[in-house]
Amino acid sequence: MKIKQISVFLENKKGRLYEALKTLAQAGVNIRALSIADTSDFGILRMIVNKPEEAKKALEEGGFTTKITHVIAVGVRDEPGGLAEILKILYENDINVEYVYAFVEKSGEEALVVLRTNNLEKTIDILQAKGVKLLDSKAVENL
Amino acid sequence: MFWNKEMETLSLEKLRELQLERLKKVVKYAYERVPFYRKKFDEVGIKPEDIKSLEDIKYIPFTSKADLREVYPFGMFAVPLSEIVEIHSSSGTTGKPVVMGYTKNDLEVWKEVMARSLTMIGITREDIIQIAYGYGLFTGGLGFHYGALTIGATIVPVSAGNTRRQIELMRDFGTTVLCCTPSYALYLAEYAKDEMGIDPSGLRLRMGSFGAEMWTEEMRREIEKRFGIKAYNVYGLTEIIGPGVAHECQEQNGLHIWEDHFYPEIIDPETGEPLTDGERGELVLTTLTKEGVPMIRFRTRDITSLLPGECACGRTGRRIERIRGRSDDMIKVRGVMLFPYQIEQAILEIQGVEPHYQIILTRPHHLDEIEVQVEMSKETFSDEVREIEALRKKLEKRIEETVGIRVKVTLVEPKTIPRFEGKAKRVIDKREI
Repeated sequence: MKIKQISVFLENKKGRLYEALKTLAQAGVNIRALSIADTSDFGILRMIVNKPEEAKKALEEGGFTTKITHVIAVGVRDEPGGLAEILKILYENDINVEYVYAFVEKSGEEALVVLRTNNLEKTIDILQAKGVKLLDSKAVENL
Repeated sequence: MFWNKEMETLSLEKLRELQLERLKKVVKYAYERVPFYRKKFDEVGIKPEDIKSLEDIKYIPFTSKADLREVYPFGMFAVPLSEIVEIHSSSGTTGKPVVMGYTKNDLEVWKEVMARSLTMIGITREDIIQIAYGYGLFTGGLGFHYGALTIGATIVPVSAGNTRRQIELMRDFGTTVLCCTPSYALYLAEYAKDEMGIDPSGLRLRMGSFGAEMWTEEMRREIEKRFGIKAYNVYGLTEIIGPGVAHECQEQNGLHIWEDHFYPEIIDPETGEPLTDGERGELVLTTLTKEGVPMIRFRTRDITSLLPGECACGRTGRRIERIRGRSDDMIKVRGVMLFPYQIEQAILEIQGVEPHYQIILTRPHHLDEIEVQVEMSKETFSDEVREIEALRKKLEKRIEETVGIRVKVTLVEPKTIPRFEGKAKRVIDKREI
Protein backbone atom coordinates (compact mmCIF):
# COMPACT_ATOMS: atom_id res chain seq x y z
CA MET A 1 0.00 0.00 0.00
CA LYS A 2 3.03 2.24 -0.05
CA ILE A 3 3.33 4.73 -2.85
CA LYS A 4 6.39 6.37 -4.36
CA GLN A 5 7.23 9.93 -3.53
CA ILE A 6 9.95 11.85 -5.31
CA SER A 7 12.09 14.28 -3.30
CA VAL A 8 14.35 16.93 -4.78
CA PHE A 9 17.12 18.89 -3.09
CA LEU A 10 16.76 22.58 -3.80
CA GLU A 11 19.19 25.27 -2.89
CA ASN A 12 17.52 28.45 -1.73
CA LYS A 13 18.28 30.24 -4.93
CA LYS A 14 16.10 32.21 -7.25
CA GLY A 15 14.43 30.15 -9.94
CA ARG A 16 15.36 26.68 -8.71
CA LEU A 17 11.79 25.57 -8.01
CA TYR A 18 10.74 26.86 -11.38
CA GLU A 19 13.61 24.98 -13.04
CA ALA A 20 12.57 21.75 -11.36
CA LEU A 21 8.92 22.10 -12.31
CA LYS A 22 9.80 23.12 -15.86
CA THR A 23 11.92 19.98 -16.16
CA LEU A 24 8.95 17.87 -15.08
CA ALA A 25 6.60 19.67 -17.44
CA GLN A 26 8.94 18.98 -20.35
CA ALA A 27 9.02 15.31 -19.40
CA GLY A 28 5.21 15.25 -19.44
CA VAL A 29 4.98 14.48 -15.74
CA ASN A 30 1.86 15.52 -13.88
CA ILE A 31 2.05 16.44 -10.22
CA ARG A 32 -0.68 15.07 -7.98
CA ALA A 33 0.53 16.40 -4.66
CA LEU A 34 3.35 18.68 -3.64
CA SER A 35 4.97 20.24 -0.60
CA ILE A 36 8.18 22.01 0.26
CA ALA A 37 10.11 21.67 3.49
CA ASP A 38 12.38 24.64 3.80
CA THR A 39 15.23 25.81 5.98
CA SER A 40 17.17 29.04 5.59
CA ASP A 41 19.65 27.44 3.17
CA PHE A 42 17.86 24.74 1.31
CA GLY A 43 14.52 23.14 0.68
CA ILE A 44 13.24 19.67 -0.05
CA LEU A 45 10.57 19.50 -2.67
CA ARG A 46 8.37 16.44 -2.18
CA MET A 47 5.93 15.31 -4.81
CA ILE A 48 3.58 12.55 -5.76
CA VAL A 49 3.55 12.34 -9.55
CA ASN A 50 1.87 10.15 -12.12
CA LYS A 51 5.21 8.78 -13.40
CA PRO A 52 7.79 8.72 -10.59
CA GLU A 53 10.57 6.88 -12.46
CA GLU A 54 10.36 9.16 -15.49
CA ALA A 55 10.28 12.17 -13.19
CA LYS A 56 13.43 11.00 -11.39
CA LYS A 57 15.24 10.38 -14.65
CA ALA A 58 14.34 13.78 -16.09
CA LEU A 59 15.32 15.62 -12.92
CA GLU A 60 18.65 13.83 -12.63
CA GLU A 61 19.47 14.57 -16.23
CA GLY A 62 18.67 18.16 -15.42
CA GLY A 63 21.30 18.09 -12.67
CA PHE A 64 19.00 17.77 -9.64
CA THR A 65 19.65 15.50 -6.68
CA THR A 66 16.61 13.36 -6.17
CA LYS A 67 15.48 10.42 -4.15
CA ILE A 68 12.47 8.16 -4.23
CA THR A 69 10.99 7.43 -0.85
CA HIS A 70 7.86 5.66 0.26
CA VAL A 71 4.81 7.24 1.80
CA ILE A 72 1.16 6.32 2.10
CA ALA A 73 -1.86 8.05 0.59
CA VAL A 74 -4.84 8.18 2.92
CA GLY A 75 -8.45 8.96 2.14
CA VAL A 76 -9.87 11.35 4.75
CA ARG A 77 -13.47 12.37 5.37
CA ASP A 78 -13.80 15.86 3.95
CA GLU A 79 -15.34 17.46 7.04
CA PRO A 80 -14.12 19.02 10.29
CA GLY A 81 -12.11 16.53 12.31
CA GLY A 82 -11.46 14.18 9.38
CA LEU A 83 -7.69 14.30 9.56
CA ALA A 84 -7.66 14.62 13.33
CA GLU A 85 -9.42 11.29 13.53
CA ILE A 86 -6.62 9.59 11.64
CA LEU A 87 -3.92 11.30 13.65
CA LYS A 88 -5.61 10.19 16.86
CA ILE A 89 -5.32 6.57 15.77
CA LEU A 90 -1.62 7.04 15.12
CA TYR A 91 -1.10 8.86 18.39
CA GLU A 92 -2.81 6.10 20.34
CA ASN A 93 -0.60 3.56 18.67
CA ASP A 94 2.57 5.47 19.41
CA ILE A 95 3.38 6.29 15.81
CA ASN A 96 5.17 9.57 14.99
CA VAL A 97 4.15 11.53 11.93
CA GLU A 98 7.14 12.88 10.06
CA TYR A 99 5.18 14.95 7.62
CA VAL A 100 1.81 15.22 6.01
CA TYR A 101 0.50 17.16 3.03
CA ALA A 102 -2.57 17.16 0.82
CA PHE A 103 -3.34 16.07 -2.69
CA VAL A 104 -4.68 18.52 -5.23
CA GLU A 105 -7.65 16.25 -6.00
CA LYS A 106 -10.23 14.38 -4.09
CA SER A 107 -11.12 10.75 -4.45
CA GLY A 108 -14.89 10.66 -4.59
CA GLU A 109 -16.10 12.38 -1.44
CA GLU A 110 -12.79 12.00 0.39
CA ALA A 111 -9.86 14.34 0.65
CA LEU A 112 -6.48 12.73 0.09
CA VAL A 113 -3.38 13.25 2.18
CA VAL A 114 0.20 12.04 1.93
CA LEU A 115 1.52 10.67 5.17
CA ARG A 116 4.95 9.65 6.28
CA THR A 117 5.55 8.16 9.69
CA ASN A 118 8.43 6.61 11.54
CA ASN A 119 6.97 3.15 10.87
CA LEU A 120 5.12 2.79 7.60
CA GLU A 121 4.36 -0.94 7.88
CA LYS A 122 2.76 -0.57 11.26
CA THR A 123 0.83 2.50 10.11
CA ILE A 124 -0.59 0.61 7.16
CA ASP A 125 -1.67 -2.34 9.33
CA ILE A 126 -3.33 -0.19 11.93
CA LEU A 127 -5.13 2.12 9.52
CA GLN A 128 -6.38 -0.79 7.48
CA ALA A 129 -7.59 -2.55 10.59
CA LYS A 130 -9.55 0.60 11.45
CA GLY A 131 -11.11 0.62 8.00
CA VAL A 132 -9.29 3.74 6.76
CA LYS A 133 -9.02 3.86 2.99
CA LEU A 134 -5.46 3.73 1.63
CA LEU A 135 -4.67 4.22 -2.05
CA ASP A 136 -2.21 1.99 -3.87
CA SER A 137 0.13 3.31 -6.55
CA LYS A 138 -2.22 2.33 -9.34
CA ALA A 139 -5.05 4.34 -7.81
CA VAL A 140 -2.75 7.33 -7.42
CA GLU A 141 -1.58 7.13 -11.03
CA ASN A 142 -5.20 7.07 -12.23
CA LEU A 143 -6.34 10.07 -10.25
CA MET B 1 71.74 1.44 4.28
CA PHE B 2 73.95 4.52 4.61
CA TRP B 3 76.02 6.29 2.00
CA ASN B 4 77.83 8.47 4.50
CA LYS B 5 77.08 7.00 7.89
CA GLU B 6 79.24 9.45 9.78
CA MET B 7 77.42 12.53 8.54
CA GLU B 8 73.99 10.94 8.43
CA THR B 9 74.15 9.86 12.06
CA LEU B 10 76.23 12.70 13.47
CA SER B 11 75.22 13.46 17.04
CA LEU B 12 72.87 16.42 17.29
CA GLU B 13 75.37 18.35 19.32
CA LYS B 14 78.06 17.94 16.70
CA LEU B 15 75.60 18.62 13.89
CA ARG B 16 74.54 21.95 15.43
CA GLU B 17 78.18 22.86 15.96
CA LEU B 18 78.97 22.11 12.33
CA GLN B 19 75.91 24.01 11.15
CA LEU B 20 76.84 27.10 13.13
CA GLU B 21 80.38 27.04 11.82
CA ARG B 22 79.13 26.68 8.24
CA LEU B 23 76.38 29.27 8.68
CA LYS B 24 78.83 31.89 9.89
CA LYS B 25 81.05 31.12 6.94
CA VAL B 26 78.34 31.22 4.28
CA VAL B 27 76.82 34.44 5.63
CA LYS B 28 80.18 36.15 5.50
CA TYR B 29 80.86 34.68 2.07
CA ALA B 30 77.50 35.87 0.70
CA TYR B 31 77.87 39.32 2.25
CA GLU B 32 81.30 39.83 0.80
CA ARG B 33 80.62 38.48 -2.68
CA VAL B 34 77.00 39.17 -3.60
CA PRO B 35 75.89 42.84 -3.73
CA PHE B 36 72.28 41.74 -3.31
CA TYR B 37 73.01 40.28 0.13
CA ARG B 38 75.22 43.16 1.18
CA LYS B 39 72.44 45.61 0.40
CA LYS B 40 69.81 43.55 2.23
CA PHE B 41 72.01 43.14 5.31
CA ASP B 42 72.93 46.81 5.36
CA GLU B 43 69.32 47.88 5.11
CA VAL B 44 68.50 46.19 8.39
CA GLY B 45 71.86 47.00 9.92
CA ILE B 46 73.18 43.50 10.39
CA LYS B 47 76.74 42.32 9.90
CA PRO B 48 77.92 38.74 9.39
CA GLU B 49 79.74 38.95 12.77
CA ASP B 50 76.35 39.41 14.48
CA ILE B 51 75.55 35.76 13.83
CA LYS B 52 76.74 34.08 17.01
CA SER B 53 74.26 31.24 17.32
CA LEU B 54 71.95 29.32 15.00
CA GLU B 55 69.00 31.21 16.49
CA ASP B 56 70.55 34.47 15.30
CA ILE B 57 69.63 33.48 11.78
CA LYS B 58 66.24 35.05 12.45
CA TYR B 59 67.80 38.54 12.21
CA ILE B 60 68.83 37.97 8.60
CA PRO B 61 66.38 39.17 5.91
CA PHE B 62 64.61 36.57 3.78
CA THR B 63 65.35 35.93 0.12
CA SER B 64 62.32 35.50 -2.10
CA LYS B 65 61.78 34.11 -5.55
CA ALA B 66 60.99 37.65 -6.71
CA ASP B 67 64.42 38.78 -5.50
CA LEU B 68 66.05 36.11 -7.63
CA ARG B 69 64.11 37.16 -10.71
CA GLU B 70 65.15 40.76 -10.30
CA VAL B 71 68.82 39.95 -10.60
CA TYR B 72 68.33 37.80 -13.73
CA PRO B 73 70.46 36.24 -15.04
CA PHE B 74 73.68 36.10 -12.99
CA GLY B 75 73.14 38.68 -10.25
CA MET B 76 73.20 36.14 -7.43
CA PHE B 77 76.43 34.45 -8.49
CA ALA B 78 79.15 34.64 -5.87
CA VAL B 79 81.96 33.48 -8.17
CA PRO B 80 83.11 34.51 -11.65
CA LEU B 81 81.50 32.57 -14.50
CA SER B 82 84.77 30.75 -15.13
CA GLU B 83 84.22 28.96 -11.81
CA ILE B 84 80.71 27.91 -12.81
CA VAL B 85 80.60 24.50 -14.48
CA GLU B 86 76.86 24.05 -14.93
CA ILE B 87 73.77 26.22 -15.09
CA HIS B 88 70.20 25.29 -14.26
CA SER B 89 67.10 27.36 -14.47
CA SER B 90 63.48 27.23 -13.42
CA SER B 91 60.88 27.43 -16.14
CA GLY B 92 59.84 31.04 -15.60
CA THR B 93 56.16 30.43 -16.25
CA THR B 94 55.28 33.18 -13.81
CA GLY B 95 57.86 35.74 -14.85
CA LYS B 96 61.56 35.81 -15.52
CA PRO B 97 63.27 32.50 -14.84
CA VAL B 98 65.50 31.92 -11.85
CA VAL B 99 69.06 31.02 -12.83
CA MET B 100 71.41 28.96 -10.66
CA GLY B 101 75.09 28.29 -11.26
CA TYR B 102 77.02 25.36 -9.80
CA THR B 103 80.73 25.26 -9.12
CA LYS B 104 82.57 21.97 -9.35
CA ASN B 105 82.22 21.60 -5.61
CA ASP B 106 78.49 22.35 -5.73
CA LEU B 107 78.08 19.42 -8.10
CA GLU B 108 80.00 17.27 -5.61
CA VAL B 109 77.55 18.30 -2.88
CA TRP B 110 74.63 17.52 -5.16
CA LYS B 111 76.05 14.08 -5.97
CA GLU B 112 76.61 13.43 -2.29
CA VAL B 113 73.09 14.31 -1.14
CA MET B 114 71.49 12.42 -4.02
CA ALA B 115 73.72 9.39 -3.35
CA ARG B 116 72.64 9.47 0.31
CA SER B 117 68.99 9.79 -0.74
CA LEU B 118 69.07 6.84 -3.13
CA THR B 119 71.14 4.63 -0.82
CA MET B 120 68.78 5.41 2.05
CA ILE B 121 65.91 3.64 0.29
CA GLY B 122 68.06 0.65 -0.61
CA ILE B 123 69.24 1.41 -4.14
CA THR B 124 72.65 -0.11 -4.97
CA ARG B 125 74.93 -0.60 -7.97
CA GLU B 126 72.92 -3.72 -8.77
CA ASP B 127 69.89 -1.59 -9.65
CA ILE B 128 68.75 -0.43 -13.06
CA ILE B 129 67.44 3.06 -12.58
CA GLN B 130 65.18 4.63 -15.17
CA ILE B 131 65.22 8.40 -14.90
CA ALA B 132 62.03 9.76 -16.37
CA TYR B 133 62.40 13.25 -14.98
CA GLY B 134 63.19 15.82 -17.65
CA TYR B 135 66.87 16.28 -18.46
CA GLY B 136 68.07 19.76 -19.29
CA LEU B 137 67.79 23.08 -17.49
CA PHE B 138 65.30 21.47 -15.11
CA THR B 139 67.22 19.94 -12.20
CA GLY B 140 65.14 16.74 -11.94
CA GLY B 141 66.79 14.59 -14.58
CA LEU B 142 70.43 15.52 -13.98
CA GLY B 143 70.06 15.53 -10.19
CA PHE B 144 68.99 11.91 -10.19
CA HIS B 145 71.57 11.15 -12.85
CA TYR B 146 74.42 12.43 -10.68
CA GLY B 147 73.17 10.51 -7.66
CA ALA B 148 72.79 7.24 -9.55
CA LEU B 149 76.17 7.73 -11.21
CA THR B 150 77.80 8.25 -7.83
CA ILE B 151 76.45 5.03 -6.35
CA GLY B 152 77.23 3.14 -9.54
CA ALA B 153 73.73 2.01 -10.49
CA THR B 154 72.95 1.29 -14.14
CA ILE B 155 71.33 4.44 -15.50
CA VAL B 156 68.66 4.51 -18.19
CA PRO B 157 68.59 8.25 -18.96
CA VAL B 158 65.33 8.26 -20.86
CA SER B 159 64.14 11.70 -19.66
CA ALA B 160 60.45 12.63 -19.56
CA GLY B 161 57.78 11.75 -22.08
CA ASN B 162 57.37 9.04 -24.74
CA THR B 163 55.22 6.88 -22.53
CA ARG B 164 55.13 3.77 -24.72
CA ARG B 165 58.92 3.71 -24.93
CA GLN B 166 59.21 4.16 -21.16
CA ILE B 167 57.19 1.01 -20.60
CA GLU B 168 59.02 -0.97 -23.30
CA LEU B 169 62.34 -0.05 -21.67
CA MET B 170 61.09 -1.03 -18.24
CA ARG B 171 59.98 -4.38 -19.59
CA ASP B 172 62.97 -5.10 -21.87
CA PHE B 173 65.78 -3.77 -19.63
CA GLY B 174 64.24 -5.05 -16.40
CA THR B 175 64.26 -1.62 -14.78
CA THR B 176 64.20 -1.93 -10.99
CA VAL B 177 63.87 1.74 -9.96
CA LEU B 178 61.65 4.38 -11.51
CA CYS B 179 62.17 8.11 -10.94
CA CYS B 180 59.55 10.58 -12.17
CA THR B 181 56.71 12.75 -10.97
CA PRO B 182 54.01 10.82 -9.08
CA SER B 183 51.30 11.81 -11.54
CA TYR B 184 53.41 10.51 -14.42
CA ALA B 185 53.98 7.25 -12.55
CA LEU B 186 50.23 6.74 -12.31
CA TYR B 187 49.86 7.59 -15.97
CA LEU B 188 52.55 5.04 -16.87
CA ALA B 189 50.72 2.34 -14.94
CA GLU B 190 47.45 3.16 -16.59
CA TYR B 191 48.98 3.34 -20.06
CA ALA B 192 50.80 0.02 -19.67
CA LYS B 193 47.61 -1.73 -18.69
CA ASP B 194 45.07 -0.06 -20.96
CA GLU B 195 47.09 0.66 -24.10
CA MET B 196 49.71 -2.09 -24.09
CA GLY B 197 48.09 -4.89 -22.15
CA ILE B 198 51.07 -5.03 -19.79
CA ASP B 199 50.40 -5.61 -16.11
CA PRO B 200 52.56 -2.99 -14.36
CA SER B 201 52.83 -5.15 -11.25
CA GLY B 202 54.47 -7.86 -13.37
CA LEU B 203 57.48 -5.64 -14.20
CA ARG B 204 60.78 -6.07 -12.35
CA LEU B 205 60.34 -2.65 -10.77
CA ARG B 206 60.88 -2.69 -7.01
CA MET B 207 60.72 0.95 -5.99
CA GLY B 208 60.48 4.51 -7.13
CA SER B 209 61.49 7.99 -6.04
CA PHE B 210 58.76 10.46 -6.84
CA GLY B 211 58.51 14.21 -6.44
CA ALA B 212 58.72 17.62 -8.12
CA GLU B 213 55.01 18.14 -7.42
CA MET B 214 52.65 17.97 -4.51
CA TRP B 215 51.07 14.58 -3.89
CA THR B 216 49.15 12.70 -1.24
CA GLU B 217 49.33 9.48 0.76
CA GLU B 218 46.41 8.18 -1.28
CA MET B 219 48.48 8.63 -4.46
CA ARG B 220 51.39 6.83 -2.84
CA ARG B 221 49.22 3.85 -1.99
CA GLU B 222 47.82 3.83 -5.50
CA ILE B 223 51.28 3.85 -7.11
CA GLU B 224 52.49 1.14 -4.73
CA LYS B 225 49.48 -1.00 -5.47
CA ARG B 226 49.52 -0.66 -9.24
CA PHE B 227 53.23 -1.35 -9.69
CA GLY B 228 53.64 -3.56 -6.65
CA ILE B 229 56.54 -1.37 -5.45
CA LYS B 230 57.60 0.94 -2.63
CA ALA B 231 57.08 4.58 -3.50
CA TYR B 232 59.26 7.22 -1.81
CA ASN B 233 58.93 10.95 -1.61
CA VAL B 234 61.77 13.22 -2.73
CA TYR B 235 61.99 16.97 -2.12
CA GLY B 236 64.13 19.62 -3.67
CA LEU B 237 64.12 22.88 -5.54
CA THR B 238 66.30 24.55 -8.12
CA GLU B 239 67.01 27.54 -5.90
CA ILE B 240 68.59 25.32 -3.26
CA ILE B 241 70.25 22.60 -5.38
CA GLY B 242 67.55 20.54 -7.12
CA PRO B 243 66.28 17.14 -5.96
CA GLY B 244 68.04 15.76 -2.89
CA VAL B 245 67.38 18.49 -0.34
CA ALA B 246 65.32 15.90 1.54
CA HIS B 247 64.21 12.33 0.92
CA GLU B 248 62.15 9.73 2.72
CA CYS B 249 63.84 6.77 4.33
CA GLN B 250 62.37 3.29 4.39
CA GLU B 251 60.14 4.25 7.31
CA GLN B 252 58.13 6.42 4.88
CA ASN B 253 57.43 8.77 7.72
CA GLY B 254 58.77 12.18 6.80
CA LEU B 255 61.65 13.30 4.60
CA HIS B 256 65.14 13.63 6.09
CA ILE B 257 66.74 16.96 5.33
CA TRP B 258 70.48 16.76 4.82
CA GLU B 259 71.05 19.29 7.52
CA ASP B 260 74.80 19.48 7.18
CA HIS B 261 74.19 21.14 3.79
CA PHE B 262 70.76 22.74 4.11
CA TYR B 263 69.58 24.52 7.23
CA PRO B 264 65.79 24.40 7.65
CA GLU B 265 63.47 26.76 9.47
CA ILE B 266 59.71 26.92 9.67
CA ILE B 267 58.13 30.36 9.81
CA ASP B 268 54.69 31.87 10.03
CA PRO B 269 54.21 32.85 6.38
CA GLU B 270 52.40 36.01 7.35
CA THR B 271 54.57 37.46 10.08
CA GLY B 272 57.86 35.78 9.19
CA GLU B 273 58.27 34.75 12.84
CA PRO B 274 60.04 31.44 13.46
CA LEU B 275 57.85 28.53 14.58
CA THR B 276 58.94 25.58 16.67
CA ASP B 277 59.37 21.96 15.59
CA GLY B 278 56.03 20.31 15.01
CA GLU B 279 54.28 23.54 14.06
CA ARG B 280 53.17 23.88 10.49
CA GLY B 281 54.31 26.83 8.43
CA GLU B 282 56.50 27.83 5.51
CA LEU B 283 59.82 26.11 4.99
CA VAL B 284 62.80 28.44 4.77
CA LEU B 285 66.15 27.02 3.66
CA THR B 286 69.72 28.24 3.87
CA THR B 287 72.47 26.50 1.93
CA LEU B 288 75.42 25.89 4.23
CA THR B 289 77.99 24.78 1.67
CA LYS B 290 77.02 26.13 -1.73
CA GLU B 291 79.57 28.29 -3.53
CA GLY B 292 78.03 29.27 -6.87
CA VAL B 293 74.84 30.81 -5.56
CA PRO B 294 74.68 30.77 -1.77
CA MET B 295 71.05 30.94 -0.70
CA ILE B 296 70.36 32.66 2.59
CA ARG B 297 66.94 32.18 4.19
CA PHE B 298 65.17 31.34 0.97
CA ARG B 299 61.41 31.31 1.31
CA THR B 300 60.30 28.12 -0.43
CA ARG B 301 56.54 28.92 -0.18
CA ASP B 302 56.13 25.25 0.71
CA ILE B 303 54.06 24.45 3.77
CA THR B 304 55.29 21.69 6.05
CA SER B 305 56.53 21.12 9.57
CA LEU B 306 59.72 19.78 11.08
CA LEU B 307 58.82 16.48 12.69
CA PRO B 308 59.97 16.24 16.27
CA GLY B 309 61.61 13.10 17.59
CA GLU B 310 64.14 10.64 16.29
CA CYS B 311 63.61 8.42 13.30
CA ALA B 312 63.80 4.65 13.63
CA CYS B 313 66.32 4.54 10.77
CA GLY B 314 68.97 6.11 12.99
CA ARG B 315 69.56 9.30 11.00
CA THR B 316 69.82 12.43 13.08
CA GLY B 317 68.83 15.04 10.50
CA ARG B 318 65.34 16.36 11.11
CA ARG B 319 62.48 15.31 8.90
CA ILE B 320 59.89 17.44 7.19
CA GLU B 321 56.42 16.07 6.70
CA ARG B 322 55.05 15.70 3.19
CA ILE B 323 54.53 19.14 1.61
CA ARG B 324 51.05 20.24 2.59
CA GLY B 325 50.48 23.21 0.34
CA ARG B 326 51.84 26.51 -0.86
CA SER B 327 51.90 29.49 1.43
CA ASP B 328 50.22 31.46 -1.34
CA ASP B 329 47.12 29.35 -0.68
CA MET B 330 47.08 30.17 3.00
CA ILE B 331 44.14 32.05 4.42
CA LYS B 332 44.09 33.79 7.72
CA VAL B 333 40.76 33.99 9.42
CA ARG B 334 40.23 35.56 12.83
CA GLY B 335 43.97 35.32 13.27
CA VAL B 336 44.07 31.58 12.59
CA MET B 337 46.16 30.24 9.73
CA LEU B 338 44.43 27.67 7.60
CA PHE B 339 44.75 25.96 4.26
CA PRO B 340 42.13 24.71 1.87
CA TYR B 341 43.58 21.19 2.03
CA GLN B 342 42.72 20.98 5.75
CA ILE B 343 39.11 21.61 4.97
CA GLU B 344 39.25 19.15 2.11
CA GLN B 345 40.67 16.51 4.44
CA ALA B 346 37.84 17.03 6.92
CA ILE B 347 35.20 16.85 4.20
CA LEU B 348 36.61 13.66 2.73
CA GLU B 349 36.49 11.95 6.09
CA ILE B 350 32.72 11.99 5.92
CA GLN B 351 31.31 9.11 3.98
CA GLY B 352 29.57 9.85 0.72
CA VAL B 353 30.46 13.52 0.50
CA GLU B 354 31.97 14.64 -2.80
CA PRO B 355 35.32 16.45 -2.74
CA HIS B 356 33.82 19.49 -4.44
CA TYR B 357 33.87 22.48 -2.16
CA GLN B 358 34.46 26.18 -2.07
CA ILE B 359 35.48 28.46 0.77
CA ILE B 360 33.90 31.88 0.97
CA LEU B 361 35.28 34.48 3.32
CA THR B 362 33.17 37.43 4.36
CA ARG B 363 33.30 40.06 7.07
CA PRO B 364 29.70 41.02 7.73
CA HIS B 365 30.05 42.64 11.17
CA HIS B 366 33.77 43.39 11.44
CA LEU B 367 34.33 39.73 12.13
CA ASP B 368 35.51 37.15 9.63
CA GLU B 369 33.08 34.45 8.68
CA ILE B 370 33.91 31.33 6.76
CA GLU B 371 31.34 29.61 4.71
CA VAL B 372 32.19 26.25 3.23
CA GLN B 373 29.98 25.21 0.40
CA VAL B 374 29.84 21.48 -0.14
CA GLU B 375 27.98 19.75 -2.91
CA MET B 376 25.13 17.50 -1.96
CA SER B 377 25.56 14.11 -3.54
CA LYS B 378 23.13 11.36 -4.41
CA GLU B 379 24.57 9.24 -1.61
CA THR B 380 24.12 11.85 1.08
CA PHE B 381 20.79 13.31 0.05
CA SER B 382 17.99 12.41 2.38
CA ASP B 383 14.33 13.21 2.16
CA GLU B 384 14.40 14.33 5.77
CA VAL B 385 15.35 17.85 6.77
CA ARG B 386 16.77 16.70 10.06
CA GLU B 387 19.09 14.21 8.38
CA ILE B 388 20.43 16.85 6.05
CA GLU B 389 20.84 19.16 9.02
CA ALA B 390 22.67 16.39 10.84
CA LEU B 391 25.04 15.97 7.89
CA ARG B 392 25.64 19.72 7.81
CA LYS B 393 26.39 19.77 11.54
CA LYS B 394 28.69 16.79 11.19
CA LEU B 395 30.67 18.58 8.48
CA GLU B 396 30.85 21.75 10.56
CA LYS B 397 32.03 19.83 13.58
CA ARG B 398 34.66 17.86 11.65
CA ILE B 399 36.03 21.01 9.99
CA GLU B 400 36.09 22.86 13.29
CA GLU B 401 38.02 19.99 14.87
CA THR B 402 40.54 20.09 12.03
CA VAL B 403 41.13 23.82 11.60
CA GLY B 404 40.21 25.04 15.05
CA ILE B 405 37.62 27.60 14.10
CA ARG B 406 33.91 27.59 13.55
CA VAL B 407 32.68 27.54 10.00
CA LYS B 408 29.28 27.56 8.44
CA VAL B 409 28.64 24.73 6.03
CA THR B 410 26.13 25.20 3.26
CA LEU B 411 25.04 22.27 1.18
CA VAL B 412 24.63 23.21 -2.44
CA GLU B 413 23.27 21.43 -5.46
CA PRO B 414 25.56 19.08 -7.37
CA LYS B 415 27.80 20.47 -10.13
CA THR B 416 27.22 24.05 -9.05
CA ILE B 417 30.75 24.55 -7.74
CA PRO B 418 33.08 25.39 -10.63
CA ARG B 419 35.40 22.61 -11.77
CA PHE B 420 39.02 23.39 -12.54
CA GLU B 421 41.55 21.72 -14.70
CA GLY B 422 44.82 21.83 -12.85
CA LYS B 423 45.01 24.29 -10.02
CA ALA B 424 41.64 24.75 -8.39
CA LYS B 425 40.47 28.07 -7.07
CA ARG B 426 38.98 27.06 -3.78
CA VAL B 427 38.86 30.32 -1.90
CA ILE B 428 36.73 33.35 -2.63
CA ASP B 429 37.67 36.23 -0.38
CA LYS B 430 34.92 38.81 -0.20
CA ARG B 431 36.31 40.57 2.84
CA GLU B 432 36.97 44.24 2.46
CA ILE B 433 40.14 44.96 4.30
